[in-house]
Amino acid sequence: MVNLLYQKSITELHDLLVRREVSAVEITRSVLERVERVEGTVKAYVTVTAEQALATAEEVDAKLAAGGDMGPLTGIPMAFKDNMCTKGVRTTCSSRILENFVPPYDAAVVEKLAGAPMIGKTNLDEFAMGSSTENSAFFTTSNPWNPDLVPGGSSGGSAAAVASGEAVYALGSDTGGSIRQPASFCGVVGLKPTYGLVSRYGLVAFASSLDQIGPLTRTVTDCAMVLQAIAGPDERDSTCAPGPVPDFNAALTGEVRGLRIGVPREYLAQGVDPRVAGAVGAAIDLLAAMGAEVEETSLPHTSYALPVYYLIAPAEASSNLARYDGVRYGYRAARPEDVVDMFMQTRSEGFGAEVKRRIMLGTYALSAGYYDAYYLKALKVRTLIKRDFDRAFTRYDVLLTPTSPTLPFKKGEKTMDPVAMYLSDICTLAAPLAGIPALSLTCGFVDGLPVGLQLMGPPFGERTILRAAHAYEQKAGHWRRQAEGV
Amino acid sequence: MNRRLATGAARRKGYRGMEYETVIGLEVHVELKTESKVFCHSTTGFGGDPNSHVCPVCLGLPGVLPVVNRQVVEWAILLGLAINCRIASFSKFDRKNYYYPDMPKNYQISQYDLPICLGGHLDIEADGVKKRIGITRLHMEEDTGKLVHQGTITTTPYSLVDYNRAGIPLLEIVSEPDMSSPLEARAYAEKLRQIIVYTGVSDGKMEEGSLRCDANVSVRPRGSTRLGTKAEIKNMNSFRALQRALTYEVERQIGVLEEGGRVVQETRTWDEGKGVTLSLRSKEQAHDYRYFPDPDLVPLVIDPAWVEEIRACLPELPEARSARYVEKLGLSAYDAGVLTAEKSLADYFEACLALYPEAKAVANWVMGDLARLLNAAGQSVDQGRVTPERLVGLLQLIDRGEISGKMAKDVLEAMFATGADAVRVVREKGLSQISDEGAILEVIRRVLTENANVVADFRAGKDRALGFLVGQVMKKTRGQANPDAVNRLLRETLQEQG
Ligand SMILES: [Zn+2]
Repeated sequence: MVNLLYQKSITELHDLLVRREVSAVEITRSVLERVERVEGTVKAYVTVTAEQALATAEEVDAKLAAGGDMGPLTGIPMAFKDNMCTKGVRTTCSSRILENFVPPYDAAVVEKLAGAPMIGKTNLDEFAMGSSTENSAFFTTSNPWNPDLVPGGSSGGSAAAVASGEAVYALGSDTGGSIRQPASFCGVVGLKPTYGLVSRYGLVAFASSLDQIGPLTRTVTDCAMVLQAIAGPDERDSTCAPGPVPDFNAALTGEVRGLRIGVPREYLAQGVDPRVAGAVGAAIDLLAAMGAEVEETSLPHTSYALPVYYLIAPAEASSNLARYDGVRYGYRAARPEDVVDMFMQTRSEGFGAEVKRRIMLGTYALSAGYYDAYYLKALKVRTLIKRDFDRAFTRYDVLLTPTSPTLPFKKGEKTMDPVAMYLSDICTLAAPLAGIPALSLTCGFVDGLPVGLQLMGPPFGERTILRAAHAYEQKAGHWRRQAEGV
Repeated sequence: MNRRLATGAARRKGYRGMEYETVIGLEVHVELKTESKVFCHSTTGFGGDPNSHVCPVCLGLPGVLPVVNRQVVEWAILLGLAINCRIASFSKFDRKNYYYPDMPKNYQISQYDLPICLGGHLDIEADGVKKRIGITRLHMEEDTGKLVHQGTITTTPYSLVDYNRAGIPLLEIVSEPDMSSPLEARAYAEKLRQIIVYTGVSDGKMEEGSLRCDANVSVRPRGSTRLGTKAEIKNMNSFRALQRALTYEVERQIGVLEEGGRVVQETRTWDEGKGVTLSLRSKEQAHDYRYFPDPDLVPLVIDPAWVEEIRACLPELPEARSARYVEKLGLSAYDAGVLTAEKSLADYFEACLALYPEAKAVANWVMGDLARLLNAAGQSVDQGRVTPERLVGLLQLIDRGEISGKMAKDVLEAMFATGADAVRVVREKGLSQISDEGAILEVIRRVLTENANVVADFRAGKDRALGFLVGQVMKKTRGQANPDAVNRLLRETLQEQG
C-alpha cells in the first residue's frame, strides 16, 4: 500500500524533504486537501489556518532552496490545541468567553515550532475540562474510527486530527489525561511529559500544578522527535526544569530485554472493560516474550487519585479562570447594571456548565472553613500518591496499565452523568498528580476500535518509556492501521 | 485639654470616670523602586500614557506566567534585616483571590502563611519616651492597577482602568499592636519611613503613594487584658493625617463606649477634608480571600550565605549614624538627630565634611541657614543648588577673613537663589571684606583724628567709647572691614598713641 503524503509519519516526510522528493508546500497541500475532504465529518478544528500554513511552507521551501538548515520538524504540517496562544490567530479554549480572543503573543511551544506549517487550532473540551470534546462550546469532534463515537478529550481535536490525517502531528495538553485518553480513543501515540519538561508559557491555564503540553503523533519515533523540539528550560516559566534536554531519539533502541515492568493491580481491577483488559494482557505477554521482566505490583493510594484530582484541579481552575471577567478581553455581557453585574452576567453567559461546575467545586474547596478539610487534605494525599510511585520506581523501570478503562463511547452517552465521565480518566489522573511522564499507544483493536496502553516512568524518565513503547510498537505493528471511519 | 489629650491620649478618662487605653497596629505598604515590575519586565517608571507600561504578564492575559524579580526578594531581605527581622529559609507566594476591575487576574500574588521576613522591631521615641515596637512580618506582593472614574465611583457612567501600576512590587510591613497613642503610631511610621529611605529600596513618599499606611485601632478599659473590637482605618495620606485620623478614631470609639454602645468591626476611611473617619464596609461584607499557594511560582529557598551577602550591603542606619556623629564628631545628640533624620541631609553633611573637616561649623550651617532656606523653598537638600562644594567654598571665605559670618548669611541666600558659587556672589555684590591691615589703619587714623573728644573719653576709662569708634570705622568701610581686625588694630593704635 502506497501511503499518501498526509498519511506519512514525520520521519518519512523529513526524509522526502531532505531528498528534495517533495516540497513543504506539497505536503501541506496534501494535508489541507485531506482537511477539506474529511473535516465536515471529523470536526477536529476550531480554526483552520490554510493560508498561513501554505505561507510558512513556502518560506520553508525557499529557505531549503537557498541551502538553509532543516530541523527534523521543518516543513511538517501540524496543529495546536486551541488553548495554546498563537499571535494573531484567535485562541478560544473552545469557550464563548474567549471566542474572539486574538493573543498578541506566541506560546513558548509555538515559538519553538516556528518552521512548522500550522494547519489550525484544534477543538477541545472548554478550557480542557472534559473527556470527550462534548464540553466544547462550539461542537463535538468525531472519532475517526467511528464518527458516532467521541474522540476522547480534552485534546480530542488534536487526537482526531492526527488519526484522520488532518495533521501529521499535533500538540495537546494534559491535566488529568487530556492527551493520553484521546490518544487511546483515536489510536495514536500521546505523551504527557514530566511536569516541568515543557514550558507552559502561553498555555491557557486550567490547573497550573498539573498542566503539561505534549505531542500526539502516529508513531513513537515521531513522539520522540516532537518532544525533542518542545522540551527544555524557559525563563518565562518558573516551574520549567533547568538543564539540558536528553537525546530522546537515541533512546529508541528497539530493545526491552531486562526492562523491569510493573503492572499495578489496582488499574486492572473492577470497572475495566474485559476487552480492554484482554488487549492489555496480550501486550504484556508480548513484552514478556521480548525479554522484559513483567511483574504484578501495587500502588495502594490509586483509588484516591480521582477525589484528590477533583479537589486540586478545580481549586486551581477557580483562581486561574477568575481573569475572564469582561474587563480586558474576550466576551462581555451586553447590558450590565454595574461592574459586579458585568462580572456575573459575563461569566454566566460566557462559561459552559462543566466549567461552572468546576469553578464552584474549586471555590468551595478553597473557602474559609473548608480549606483544611478539602484542599489541604488533598495536597497531603497527593504526596502519598507520589510516594507510591517513588517506591514503585525503585523496583521497576516502567509501570504498565490500560490508558482508559473503556473503549471509545458514544456521543451523548455520558453527558448527563459527570461522574461517569470523570471515571473515564481513572487510569490517567495519578501521573499528573505525581508529576511523572506517561505515554499512551495502541495495543490492539476491539470491534475495529483502538485500545490504548499506558506506560508511566519516573520523573524525567521519558527515555525509558519511549524505548519500551518504541520496541513494543515495532513488534506489534498496530501503528500501520489507518483510521477507518473517515 | 492638655497636650496628651490633644494628641489622642495614651490614657484617657471617660465622662464616667472610666479610663481607656488605646491599642494601635500599623500595616505599611512600600512601593519598591526597582527598574522592572515584580513578575515581568515592564518598567515601573512613573508617568507615561495609561496602559503604556504593560505587557501580557502584568495584563493577566490568558496563558502568561509570573517570574519573580530577584531584586525584589533581595530588597525584601535588605529591609527585613534593617528592621531586625528573621529571614525565612523557606518562603512562598500565595494567591489572594477577589474580584476587582483594577486586578488583571482577579487575584493578587502575595504571601500568606510563609512570609519572607518575620519577627522584627523598631525603637521609637514619642513625647520623650522611648519604646520598642514589634514587627510581626514583612512580605512581598504586587500592586494593582488604577480605576479612573467619571465623577465619583457611585455616579460614574463608566470607569477606565490603567494597569501601569499593576505588578509594581510592594512590601507590606505589619506591626504588632504595640502602639498606645496616635503619636506613637506616627513616630513608628516616621521611623519606618526613615529606615526605608536609608536602605534605598523606596522613595517612601506618602503623598505620592509610594508609602501607604493602614491602621488597626481599638480601645479598652484601662487594665483590661482583652483587646477591644478594632476598626481598620485607610486613606491616610500623610503622617499628619495618620495622627489626626487616629486621634479622631480613638475619641469616636470611646464616645461609642461611653454612650453604652459597641464598637463594630469594620473598615473605615479617613476623610481629610471633614476630619472624620467614615464606615467603608463591615466585617460581614469582608472578603474570603481563599488564599492558596501560587502553583505558577516555585517556593523560595533562601540560602543563608545570600542573606549574609545582603547584610554586608546594609547601609549605616540612622541610629548608628547619629551615634557616630556624637562619638566621633563630637556633635550634640540633638544635632546628630536632626542631621540624620533624613538620609539626604546626613549624606550632604558628610559630603561637606569630606572637604572641610570642621563638624560643628558645617553642622551649624547645614542645620541653620541652609535648612531654613530649604524649608522655605520646600526643597530637600539634594534638590537645592548649594552643593557641598559650594557650601564649603563659603566657609573657606569666612576662614580667610574675606567675608564676615554675618555677610556669609546674605551670600548663602544669594547662592541659594541663583546657584552661583560664593566667590562669584561676593565679587558681584562687592561684598568682599577689607582685611588689608594698611587700609584699615588708614581709616582708623582718620576716625581718631575726627573724634578726639571720644578718644579722650576712652582714655578717661569710658569703655563704651571704644564701641563707638569701632562703629565709625565700620561705617566708613561700609561694613566691609573685618571686625576682629578693626578691634585689634584700634586698641593697638590707641596704645601706641597713648
Ligand atoms: Zn508587564
